Amino acid sequence: MISAENFPEYNVPGVVKHDFHPYESNGGSVVAIAGDDYAVIAADTRLSSGYSIHTRKQNKLFKLSGTTVLGSTGCWCDTLALTSLISARMKMYHYLHQKVMPTNAISQMLSIIMYHKRFFPYYVSNILAGLDADGKGVVYSYDPIGHCELASYRAGGSAGALLQPVLDNQIGLKNQENVAKDPIPKEKAISVIVDTFISAAERDIYTGDGVIINVITKDGIETRNVSLRKD
Amino acid sequence: MALAEICGLSDAPFMKANSFSTDDAGIELFKLSGNMEDPFSLAVPPFANPCEHLAELQATGENSGIKMNFDHGTTTLGFKFKGGVILAVDSRATGGQFIGSQTMKKIVEINQYMLGTLAGGAADCVYWDRVLSKECRLHELRNKERISVAAASKIMANIAHEYKGMGLSMGMMLAGYDKRGPALYYVDSEGTRTPGNVFSVGSGSIFAFGVLDSGYKWDLSDEEAQELGRRAIYHATFRDAFSGGIVRVYHITPQGWVNISNQDCVDLHYKYQAQKEAAKH
Repeated sequence: MISAENFPEYNVPGVVKHDFHPYESNGGSVVAIAGDDYAVIAADTRLSSGYSIHTRKQNKLFKLSGTTVLGSTGCWCDTLALTSLISARMKMYHYLHQKVMPTNAISQMLSIIMYHKRFFPYYVSNILAGLDADGKGVVYSYDPIGHCELASYRAGGSAGALLQPVLDNQIGLKNQENVAKDPIPKEKAISVIVDTFISAAERDIYTGDGVIINVITKDGIETRNVSLRKD
Repeated sequence: MALAEICGLSDAPFMKANSFSTDDAGIELFKLSGNMEDPFSLAVPPFANPCEHLAELQATGENSGIKMNFDHGTTTLGFKFKGGVILAVDSRATGGQFIGSQTMKKIVEINQYMLGTLAGGAADCVYWDRVLSKECRLHELRNKERISVAAASKIMANIAHEYKGMGLSMGMMLAGYDKRGPALYYVDSEGTRTPGNVFSVGSGSIFAFGVLDSGYKWDLSDEEAQELGRRAIYHATFRDAFSGGIVRVYHITPQGWVNISNQDCVDLHYKYQAQKEAAKH
């Protein structure tokens, strides 16, 4: 690579070399659980940069349609760019096909749009929750370059690694013997989500202040607010 | 309209159909998501040599807390024998040290007669396998016959070669049954494409090969072959930290592929342990 270090005779005193730092981590966590006839997705409301907090009231959930909600955290400017592109693409789909884009189509489109920036990725952690064509709850999770996986519960964002094991235990009932794997009632899912966020706020500096929960059912999207520690 | 033309109004920019239309927005939208129409139209990064510089960005991010780890796949194997082709894979996806998923599908069903395995970058493999399956379907429609695995693997190798040096990470096997019989090809992101009888790809492949080579022969029965694949992957999940989850076994016969089993490697562990105990007595 050609850089000033390779040509010491051209070094000028006072010239400072700046590295390319395009990304920023604005923090935030998302958790989603899918049930038989509902999907719940929640995100905290803290938006920070380094050790300072920009706002305590940032909604990180994006209602894409009447049955689909995207939770997106990471580099907030990338989140904004990505979500506005998705809504433009969804409008195009609506006008072209005369119907609202279904959840599975959105999930695939999101994957393709994220892969478009394969060589300079969106720094985002996305979780998509919604109802599929049969009204069943679904959750899709993504890596930064658009690898997409269908799951029934998922945690992502700055406290993702902290929250996922809690869900594995409480929702997935992983590695437990003689447990009945009954469908999880909606209110139970919501209370587990609230508990995970309370735990995350306790240990992750980028998660706190409040949680916005979207409950997606065939009757629409219900929004609930829960407050968290503000320290 | 005639009056408008006499008045020369039709030349005014606001009279043109395009002036407030979606044309500009369309161009902008294509720049931002061109691969929706053309899968090869990926965004150009704002730096040269993406392979090196993206790795640099990821490395500096590691220090500043901006960790960007892509999901990586791991142990896969495939072999031909007299009964067709066996593919067996694990299901663990790791992003750095974190296990992102224990249920990932590392076998992609390209069509009823062809499967692809994925190792390396999960997004790279899934995205290009999807492109490949479109190309295979188009070949079928154009030529009124199914594409051969040789031709399909060549499409994949050409894609890999086109992006060589850009930092894609793929190690895949394409397996199927075509008019020439059972077929198994290895294709990777360096552009390698080679046919063969026995392959294993991924970080656990060294362990899988150990089991596979000791038990492999052409004349295996269907059950023996399926069990060999399963056991080889199980041993890889046992010794390789980046492999684990579910052991999936697929068998490709002249009638197309069949998913033989998807077993949790915990259950397999106790099953094989019990067999070892029983063999002692």
